[in-house]
Amino acid sequence: MTRGVLLGPQRLHPIVDKAADMLGIDGRIAAVTAGWQEREAEDQELCAALGNRAVNLMLHARAETAFREDPELFAAHRAKQDRLRQLQDLYRLRLASHLKAARRVQQAQAPRDLIESELEEAVQAIRLLDAHHVVKTQHIQRDFDRKVKPLERPAVVKQLKEIEAILADCAGVAIAGGHVAVLYNRLRLFDLGPRLADLPIIAWSAGAMVVASRIVLFHDSPPQGRGNAEVLEGGLGLFPGVVPLPHARRRLNLQDPGRITVFARRFAPATCVALDERCFIHFDGPRWSAGANTFQLRTDGHLVALH
Amino acid sequence: MPAMNTRLNPPTKLAIQSLLAHGPVDAAAIDRFLRTHSFPLIEGRNATFVYRGPGDQVNLRHWVFGLGSSQPFTRVGNSDFWFHTLELPPQSRVEYKLEVILGGVGTWIRDPLNPNLAHDPFGANSVAHGQGYKTPAWTEHDPEARPGTIVETQLEGTPLGTQRVSIYLPARFRESRRYPLLIVHDGGDYMRYAALKTVLDNLIHRLEVAPLVAAITHPGDRIGEYPNNPSHAAFIAEHLLPFMESRYPLYAAPAARCLMGASFGGVASLSTAWRYPGTFGRLLLQSGSFAFTDIGESKRGPVFARVVEFVNAFRESPGKPSDKVYLSCGTYESLIYENRSLVPLLQSTGMEVKYEEARDGHNWENWRDRLRSGLSWLFPGPLWMVYE
Repeated sequence: MTRGVLLGPQRLHPIVDKAADMLGIDGRIAAVTAGWQEREAEDQELCAALGNRAVNLMLHARAETAFREDPELFAAHRAKQDRLRQLQDLYRLRLASHLKAARRVQQAQAPRDLIESELEEAVQAIRLLDAHHVVKTQHIQRDFDRKVKPLERPAVVKQLKEIEAILADCAGVAIAGGHVAVLYNRLRLFDLGPRLADLPIIAWSAGAMVVASRIVLFHDSPPQGRGNAEVLEGGLGLFPGVVPLPHARRRLNLQDPGRITVFARRFAPATCVALDERCFIHFDGPRWSAGANTFQLRTDGHLVALH
Repeated sequence: MPAMNTRLNPPTKLAIQSLLAHGPVDAAAIDRFLRTHSFPLIEGRNATFVYRGPGDQVNLRHWVFGLGSSQPFTRVGNSDFWFHTLELPPQSRVEYKLEVILGGVGTWIRDPLNPNLAHDPFGANSVAHGQGYKTPAWTEHDPEARPGTIVETQLEGTPLGTQRVSIYLPARFRESRRYPLLIVHDGGDYMRYAALKTVLDNLIHRLEVAPLVAAITHPGDRIGEYPNNPSHAAFIAEHLLPFMESRYPLYAAPAARCLMGASFGGVASLSTAWRYPGTFGRLLLQSGSFAFTDIGESKRGPVFARVVEFVNAFRESPGKPSDKVYLSCGTYESLIYENRSLVPLLQSTGMEVKYEEARDGHNWENWRDRLRSGLSWLFPGPLWMVYE
């Protein structure tokens, strides 16, 4: 079982150094900042926060290089991403009606027990939809792996060898946030899930999202649209049992028990964890513990401290 | 709807009615009343304005179209205490002044009891906030938001002569990226009175709006330049746009070019896009002065003559000046009819149109408060995908 610490945002009050201490990382740390996209190399603050012992894996740039060297890989990757986007749009359409139904049931004027049983079924329908969506995304990803065989292509193999050489010299991994889909795709392109699993991992924001078993996109009050949380893909699955929710206070309406209960029940038995600044959850083998002021969204609609 | 609830359940008695309910009111009671409330006093859909001081008459002067622009206060007995209660629907924002008439001389003053002010090129007005209105947090300085920068430049040899342009570059601007371009009419006023830079910094920081470059223009004679003036349109499309695209890393595509403006600036934006179809794929038009006539002369006066001429021509033959248009107007503006009328016409051209109204007037804070909705619709940010 992978050891690790999942954190909230690190920009203003970084605690990555404390996380490294918690994990007893004594040595170099492989940094993944692919979620920053073209800013990937602007990692000076991160390196300083980690005690100047980080070496950036440069996954975003490596993928760009591989795509440049292997146009067929690039075209196939883009086609896969287009298909995933189209699938996401269709899933989103169905999800909107499912979530609307659950909310209308919650607001209905009827005996409590009837509402509760109908709500349970409405949430089950959402869970089923989410699960099917994950399976469909996995099919698309596996289809790509089977047909394109990225790990056998010279352009990828060359990069992978260099990545493995860096990892062999590292005692831990730090995965920063940023664009969650880009980050996940780069990790997946180089099949880094299994390769990182043996090292202690510090991951925050989008980084924390991609190492979980499900990547959940969320914002309760975006300026456009309904703010329906949605599952993107399955994630690397290195830290099962939690749904990390970075910037929860800004992104979620935590004062609304109705929204919290649907959210938490939808992803149960996984624990929905609000990861704001200075918050963390520490995985030590199969057990995990949380830092002070780290909260769980509970199925009864309440927010409770996990500490 | 909150409005329905408050209409159905008004306060049983307004505070001013309670004060007056027991006959003559002495100075001590007035002092106590003033001390224990803030003003204007908002109770459900009612706003009670008060004034204390010498005067022969006191009037509420406001800019709400549809209400008499001068609303007389009532004096309490022979005291120096005056009040007026006005219906103020929820979420309203109303700018006003008090007119105090003494010895036949009227003086317009800001409400001494109301600290809320809105500034504009003519000074400042007092502001009444209806129930539920809250100044949006994203319009105020956020210390966590990385600030963009403003670069000043001058464009020489344009059809309007030398033109000053302030260029907004978003935080973490990089030459290696590509950005959409927002061209802002009355840019200085948008910066001063609608907190444009703060708003852009915040909305980009919150990932609600894509990082963008803004060309903030400063008109010389806006009344002459803005209403369908070919020189102005040429300045924007043939001088400013090429300058910006040659100097900054911009997406050179209509979908990444937006013209924005309020009032006459809205007319300037629409007329420029109309004169250069296929160039500007995005328009953000706030309380546009889209006056028109179906028959006869416009009653809006000579300043609007060229506006009316343009809007009539546009209504006759709109073409398709842009692809996506955000339009907003305050329901307390005299221009609400013209803006509502424009919506189906714009839609009929095949453009995607988003139209929003607010219980507000023809003023900069109304336009400020709509920027999040307009900009995030025209240039959506990566909010859904980025978790930093």
